[in-house]
Amino acid sequence: MSWLTPQVIDILYAMFQAIVILLGAVLLGAVMTVVERRLLGLWQDRYGPNRVGPFGSLQLIADMIKIFFKEDWIPPFADRKLFMLAPMIAMASLLLSFMIIPITPGWGIADLNIGLLFFFAMAGINVYAVLFGGWASGNKYALLGAMRASAQTLSYEVFMGLALMGVVGLAGSFNMREIVQAQEGLWFIVPQFFGFCTFLIAGIAVTHRHPFDQPEAEQELADGYHIEFSSMKFGMFFIGEYVGMVLVSALIVTLFFGGWQGPWLPPFVWFALKTGFFLMLFVLLRASLPRPRYDRVMSFGWRVCLPLTLINLLVTGVVILLDTPG
Amino acid sequence: MELAFYLSGLVAIVATLGVIVGTNAVHSLLNLIVSLIAVAIVFFALGAPFAGALEVIVYAGAIMVLFVFVVMILNLGQGADEQERLWLRARTWLLPAALSLILLGTLLVTLAAGDGGQMIGGRTLTAKAVGTTLFGPWLLVVELAAMLLLAGLVTASHVGRLPRDRRDDRKGGD
Repeated sequence: MSWLTPQVIDILYAMFQAIVILLGAVLLGAVMTVVERRLLGLWQDRYGPNRVGPFGSLQLIADMIKIFFKEDWIPPFADRKLFMLAPMIAMASLLLSFMIIPITPGWGIADLNIGLLFFFAMAGINVYAVLFGGWASGNKYALLGAMRASAQTLSYEVFMGLALMGVVGLAGSFNMREIVQAQEGLWFIVPQFFGFCTFLIAGIAVTHRHPFDQPEAEQELADGYHIEFSSMKFGMFFIGEYVGMVLVSALIVTLFFGGWQGPWLPPFVWFALKTGFFLMLFVLLRASLPRPRYDRVMSFGWRVCLPLTLINLLVTGVVILLDTPG
Repeated sequence: MELAFYLSGLVAIVATLGVIVGTNAVHSLLNLIVSLIAVAIVFFALGAPFAGALEVIVYAGAIMVLFVFVVMILNLGQGADEQERLWLRARTWLLPAALSLILLGTLLVTLAAGDGGQMIGGRTLTAKAVGTTLFGPWLLVVELAAMLLLAGLVTASHVGRLPRDRRDDRKGGD
């Protein structure tokens, strides 16, 4: 066994971690589709899907079989290349972002120095999924949805970045591990409360979850940019949305709630519990809020959230400067 | 890392060629995005991950989105493809290609001559020299130019807003 040097074992272990985290993220996204429907049922005083298997636990498998065996149809008027590319970008860009999230002190794929910037880059690429999907469909509802989505995502990405700069300033690093370690004594939710609020709003808007799902509004746009997609192409958009939800929850936990830190329980359990809490919050928001009008969403972003993040950043800067000795 | 450098450099060149010879505007833009991401990987390989990340965030993630957005609103269609194809005839691209070749030749000759090539001005201006000049003696002018840009932005927003009566219409719908 001469080739089994410590170096090779390290590489194999890193690959094993990466595969487990990848599968975990996709599976969690898939499971969330069913959990969300059950929870929506609970909060709206009805049952939700409870027929397949005990308590509807096999609903996910039924959904998967249905989606796999549907006809994978490409409309004759569609732009074939971009039509096939769009769902891939939707899922891949969000899955790649899981690379930077430190799950426990020992677990996590890449320990990038530019960690947070990598997430912004992937979020920027993710816009193309919706844009190309809507345009390639050759359908006016899809195009309108894509227009809305890209304008909304661009506006909200502006202050999503600014909202996190307070955290970066306090931690003094873009590296996610160092950000978690900087929260040893005090979670960043306390000094960066406004940063947290705006990041939560921006995170919901960028993954176009309810109440920011105007791009897909059923009653106006008949599902928006993914109206022409069927079978697994739709499945990738669909799972991609839930993967985005998991990603934003994990990011909020890492950046504002101390990541894996917490008393008594092992680090992984703390991380999972906190992430689970924010996933529930996403569903609760969908269950309880109506969908605002599109122009209201845009003006809320530019007139309320952007000034708020700027003031937050200014005050954080002043505090950091006053705190610095000498 | 050298392999990554050369591979992504090759991808960047091929994708940029695709931008120039492509006839479909949206496909050309996709090629340009690929080219920008390839350049970002070149930055990573050179050991400048910060520049690479900013390249993706600013160019691929923001500026190109606006390009794609505008092209999609224009809704070009088959006619535009035909027109592009006409423009790619030999007699249209021969002269620009010849001019570019002259520039390429000049660049190669200068590179071959190395640092020894005498500049006309006698010395080379570095980025640092430009920076210290701009934010040293010319600081006031730079700030004035910034204010001019801000004034332009305010004017554009004023020109682009809805007239008062139409705005009232929209309020009525609340």
